[in-house]
Amino acid sequence: MPLMETLVKPVALKTKLCAERVDMVFHRDTKTTEVLNDINLEVSDGEFVCLLGPSGCGKSTLLSIMAGFLTPTSGHIRIDGEVVRGPDPRRIFVFQERGVFPWLTVEGNIGFGLFRLPRPEREQRIAYYVKMVGLQGFEKTYPPELSGGMKQRLEVARALAVNPDMLFLDEPFGALDSITRLIMRGELLRIWEAERKTIIFVTHDIDEAVQLADRVVVMSARPASVQQIVSIDIPHPRDISSPRYLELRDGIFKQIGLAHRV
Amino acid sequence: MVGGIADLVRHGLLLKYVVASLFRVTWGFVLAVIFAIPIGLTIGWYRRAQMAFNPIIQILRPISPLAWIPIAILWFGVGDLAAIFLIFMGCFLPLLLTAINAVQSIPLVYINAGRNFGLRPAELVYRVLYPAVIPKLIVGLRITLGIAWLVVVAAEMIAVSSGLGFLIVDARNAGNRYDLVVAGMVLIGIIGLLLDVGIRSLERVKSFRWSYSED
Repeated sequence: MPLMETLVKPVALKTKLCAERVDMVFHRDTKTTEVLNDINLEVSDGEFVCLLGPSGCGKSTLLSIMAGFLTPTSGHIRIDGEVVRGPDPRRIFVFQERGVFPWLTVEGNIGFGLFRLPRPEREQRIAYYVKMVGLQGFEKTYPPELSGGMKQRLEVARALAVNPDMLFLDEPFGALDSITRLIMRGELLRIWEAERKTIIFVTHDIDEAVQLADRVVVMSARPASVQQIVSIDIPHPRDISSPRYLELRDGIFKQIGLAHRV
Repeated sequence: MVGGIADLVRHGLLLKYVVASLFRVTWGFVLAVIFAIPIGLTIGWYRRAQMAFNPIIQILRPISPLAWIPIAILWFGVGDLAAIFLIFMGCFLPLLLTAINAVQSIPLVYINAGRNFGLRPAELVYRVLYPAVIPKLIVGLRITLGIAWLVVVAAEMIAVSSGLGFLIVDARNAGNRYDLVVAGMVLIGIIGLLLDVGIRSLERVKSFRWSYSED
């Protein structure tokens, strides 16, 4: 263990995002649904955090609140000490691959958020991110002609192009086949290690969470609260058959109430 | 029938009547587009506006545009304006409903993504709302142009004394020239087809076409 400890990179201690007593209640017609209950969470600058929970538990709602698309019923989110009041180009939300604009080419999508930049700089950045996500040769292609994995990479590129300091990813690889998914996880880690954005990643896949995150936030069933926070103290690239990996993963399995031998 | 068309060409009426009909359709249709689409997009964007206007829209919708003929003549007299008004009435509601529906079916992710990148409201309209509704609007325009062409013929039978609709009625009244009646019908069919082909070419514009190939 001590050896591993030294390999783990030093975690930046500055708080980036802070959720304080966040509650969310939806009213639809006469039905009231309590979705989030007293969520408290701190995320450090440059940290990779996974929100993990079963489908429909409210983790995507929490992410939408963090991104400013929804206003919590009570409590608030602070980012860099400021209360979040709406979406902001400094923090980009990545939807499943459906979020790319089908009426724009690959170039048009990547350049979408760069409209305030002068043209030469915009083109330079577009070219840089086209290359980063490996879409060279597809610059003039429209999204319906791309594969699911390519669309997903395109959306990540569109988000990175505006140089945000945070990324919110909502089950971004959920619709991909398992091989593409593995590749995309590797790509995301590579980008994260190069650019050091703070990333909050929603998933219902335990393996995905343990492979990617610095910390895994295990959410309870609805109304969701933070059940446990698990630090993943394994350096990247992670050996998914190492005893420590299996131990952490099984621990989370148990936490989530699915305890079983694999 | 061929003789009928030849007769019309000889008297210089063919071109005159076709142009007269197209002139009315163009004005009625374009005016309806100019009014119905912005109003429809606005109503569709605001849920409350849609709730407020829906009852009146649903009452007006089943009224055939032809039922407006007496009112058109009362307001505008016998002439181009009455025909244009009728075409406008025939096109306005279908276009309005298309626009309302088009806005309401924009996936929320596109709007959220637009807001996320810091677009101001006007930019959001121009860069997200407008491209997102285009494919549905094109379908609506196509259907509505078909309606306009149906209505102009009916309007010309009553409200004016030129155009292809007038030709058909006039040919029958002036001595049962059924060759001219059929010639008029064939011309109406061919021009209607050409109008449809013309407006369908919009669907081939690549940045408009996305929804047609989306799974």
